[in-house]
Amino acid sequence: MQNRFPLWKNLLVLIVFLLGIIYALPNLYGDDPSVQVSSTRPTKLAQEQANQIESAIKTAGFAVKDFEFNDGLVLARLNSADDQLKVADLLRDQLGDDYNVALNLAPTTPTWLRSLGAEAMYLGLDLRGGVHFLLEVDMDAAVKQAEDRYNDDVRLALRTEKMRYQSVSKDNGFIKVKLNSADDKPALLTLLAKDFRTLDVTEPSEQEQVWLKLSEKEVRDIKKFAVAQNMTTLRNRVNELGVAEPVIQQQGENRIVVQLPGVQDTTRAKEILGTTATLEYRLVDTEHDVQNAVEGHVPVGSRLYYDRKGSPILLDRRVIVTGDQIVDASSGVDQDGRPSVNISLNGVGAAKMGKLTQANVGKPMAVVFIEYKVETKSVNGQKVRHKQKVEKVINVATIQGVFSHRFQTTGLDSPQEARNLSLLLRAGALAAPVDIVEERTVGPSLGQDNINKGMLSFMVGFALVAVFMVLYYRLCGIFANIALVFNVFIILAVLSMLQATLTLPGIAGIILTVGMSVDANVLIFERIKEEIRNGNTPQSAIYVGFEKAFATILDSNITTLLVAVMLFGFGTGSVKGFAVTLMIGIVSSMFTAITGTRMIMNWIYGNRRVEKLSI
Amino acid sequence: MKITNINFIGNRNIALIFSAVLSIIAIASLAVRGLEMGIDFTGGTLIEVGYQQPADLTELRNTLNTEGFSDATVQNFGTTKDVLIRLKPHEGVSSVDLSNKVLEAVNKTTKEPAIVHRVEFVGPQVGDDLAEDGFLALLYSAIGILIYVAWRFEWKFSVGAIIATFHDVIITLGLFSVLGLEFDLTVLAAILALIGYSLNDTIVIYDRIREDFRHLRNKTTEEIMNSAINVTLSRTIITSLTVFLALVSLFFLGGQVIHNFSIALLFGVVFGTYSSIFIASPAVLLLGISAEDLMVPLKEGGELMDDRP
Repeated sequence: MQNRFPLWKNLLVLIVFLLGIIYALPNLYGDDPSVQVSSTRPTKLAQEQANQIESAIKTAGFAVKDFEFNDGLVLARLNSADDQLKVADLLRDQLGDDYNVALNLAPTTPTWLRSLGAEAMYLGLDLRGGVHFLLEVDMDAAVKQAEDRYNDDVRLALRTEKMRYQSVSKDNGFIKVKLNSADDKPALLTLLAKDFRTLDVTEPSEQEQVWLKLSEKEVRDIKKFAVAQNMTTLRNRVNELGVAEPVIQQQGENRIVVQLPGVQDTTRAKEILGTTATLEYRLVDTEHDVQNAVEGHVPVGSRLYYDRKGSPILLDRRVIVTGDQIVDASSGVDQDGRPSVNISLNGVGAAKMGKLTQANVGKPMAVVFIEYKVETKSVNGQKVRHKQKVEKVINVATIQGVFSHRFQTTGLDSPQEARNLSLLLRAGALAAPVDIVEERTVGPSLGQDNINKGMLSFMVGFALVAVFMVLYYRLCGIFANIALVFNVFIILAVLSMLQATLTLPGIAGIILTVGMSVDANVLIFERIKEEIRNGNTPQSAIYVGFEKAFATILDSNITTLLVAVMLFGFGTGSVKGFAVTLMIGIVSSMFTAITGTRMIMNWIYGNRRVEKLSI
Repeated sequence: MKITNINFIGNRNIALIFSAVLSIIAIASLAVRGLEMGIDFTGGTLIEVGYQQPADLTELRNTLNTEGFSDATVQNFGTTKDVLIRLKPHEGVSSVDLSNKVLEAVNKTTKEPAIVHRVEFVGPQVGDDLAEDGFLALLYSAIGILIYVAWRFEWKFSVGAIIATFHDVIITLGLFSVLGLEFDLTVLAAILALIGYSLNDTIVIYDRIREDFRHLRNKTTEEIMNSAINVTLSRTIITSLTVFLALVSLFFLGGQVIHNFSIALLFGVVFGTYSSIFIASPAVLLLGISAEDLMVPLKEGGELMDDRP
């Protein structure tokens, strides 16, 4: 009868315990209210700009706890949330549009822990305060828009090919083409096979008709694109809000989750998310003097614009192509390896672009980005919503040749700028409409309140269970409690390592686990007591007790785990957090209660004569 | 605790009648009154605000009424300064405008502006989806349990475990129905956690019954069940007690948001323990379990093939 662990087993338990402590530790350190500044331009912030920001804060008389500049990102840690808001306002005023000023809660994890990769858990919105939106992309509208586009494109193609037709019209999900005579049908079918491969062709009994329908693959692509495009647009918008760690994720086929921790002003958040944008391609007016125009003498036929650096530029009054004619835009590299943006236009846009480029090779062309922002302002105590149009030139490029459907913009500074331009082009392109279908806002005071209540009920719950265990099981109760502490550390460590989000139901899950995880110890101790009653020696009672309880613990825990997995699979948001803590708790409690407790009992009772167990 | 010798199985009819009556009351209440579904499932808007002074609910109700929110329910939440306003889904009004208008109405009733603690808006479609997911989670849990217990034990045990577990779920739902407590996502999570807990308790007893079936071959099924329940009784009660203690702390200190969650679990733990002791084993007995069902098949040469635990 041996109640000894081999060395490796002792070491394993101790190492796991040590790792548990190290990785759980960051959660004990608090957060600093801080302000984070990054560049909205493709170029990162330089040391010089960081220094300016630092001195701007200090000149205004705010005490800065710590000022960090890392990888183009400025982080100023401040002493209070009040200072944080004031500094953010100050920086927003002074720095202007090229900088993104965001509020953040920076963890105060010491460097030695961070160098080990140990980081604190991420607090959920219910603990931290913030806004959660669930947006639904209107897929029917996206498909309908695509049908409209194809309808126009087919008609245009017929006209260009000089094919005579009676009508091209949408009917019941079909685009019905009626030709003047059935003789033209072979030519039409050739055209369709060449230029409209994404359409399924049906030939009804009427000889002069051809019916077209979006292929299933095309419909899927349209839907995918509609969501992707909306997510791009949302990312751009959220950047404007100044949120440090926004979450923008697709959920299911047609929904998008947007989480904005720390945002309190939901009205503003919703306004910004709902901003609509478009863009226009215009020729640059190279014949007139810009400086003259700035002084007020804008030539007839031209308009004065400003680019993102604020330099003036004169553009032709006539629009070539608008954003709703852009089908897709993506960044990449051209044949020579330079960063580029590939743009596809629909039929109408392509026809216009082709005509214009024919006449204007060698001339510069500009892209104007237009946003309609809705802002609510207080005027004489009355809230007034007003729509503001913001126009900016985002790119100027020289027309190198004649093009229509697809073309490429090169001459960009960096791959990053190419990506940004393609994002903006897509943001300005025609997007499927979205609705807010779910909103959850938690105020900062409630968040803090939830943390406090969660902590308090955890402490008290833990204390109650621990005291009960000692009263009932004496010394063995203390062993179980050591295993319980160990268990809590492992749960926290695993959650931190997974960078899971801790929510209030998550805390409830930990508390519930505390109550449930002593079960394994109770099973073992009761078995040991039973063996002693049956006349076994303490040593063999310990051995047999652990042995026999093991199968029971395994069976009962696996069934509970099964339910937790279901909860995780079907739960959403904070309920998922509850399921995660429950799952981790079940698995780690088996380790701590069986192996951890056994190790301690082996140390105390193993390898010596024991008259009586304190159980 | 001394080993008890209570005749649970012999007196099973008392427990079965008690459970049948409670289940019928629960099902009747669920059928007649239904559950007070939270906005997570029905869709709608919920706004929690904090006043600087105790709030005048009557005035707030009147103001909301004149502003066109006659369907608003207004109640205190935790303290007299905190107010919870619930609205049904409004057709054609965006969530943005709705919550803004309600907040304007709230601020008309007080000099210092009220602090918004929480706004929740759930669209009707999302509500339906959440309800469907919740139902599916219950269904798949049940199927998973059936399969696992049937594999590890025997099908009669898995049916017994399902009966005992869903007995707890129905009675807990019944309590929510009778008391008119709000049933939201956190309560659904609690119900699923309860299934896990109640099952855990039941499995421990089943495990002992299986073990004794194999070792004590000269006893009747009833005797084996009784002794298994009695032997594990102290463990069943102690574990329930520790879980109960942890939940009591959550109930009193965890705050309003988690209140119904704790109620569901507290109540569920009591019934989960009860059903593990009084319902789970008699159910298996009624299904006609016998020692042969758990006998380990003989290997060639007559050796016991005891690879099953």
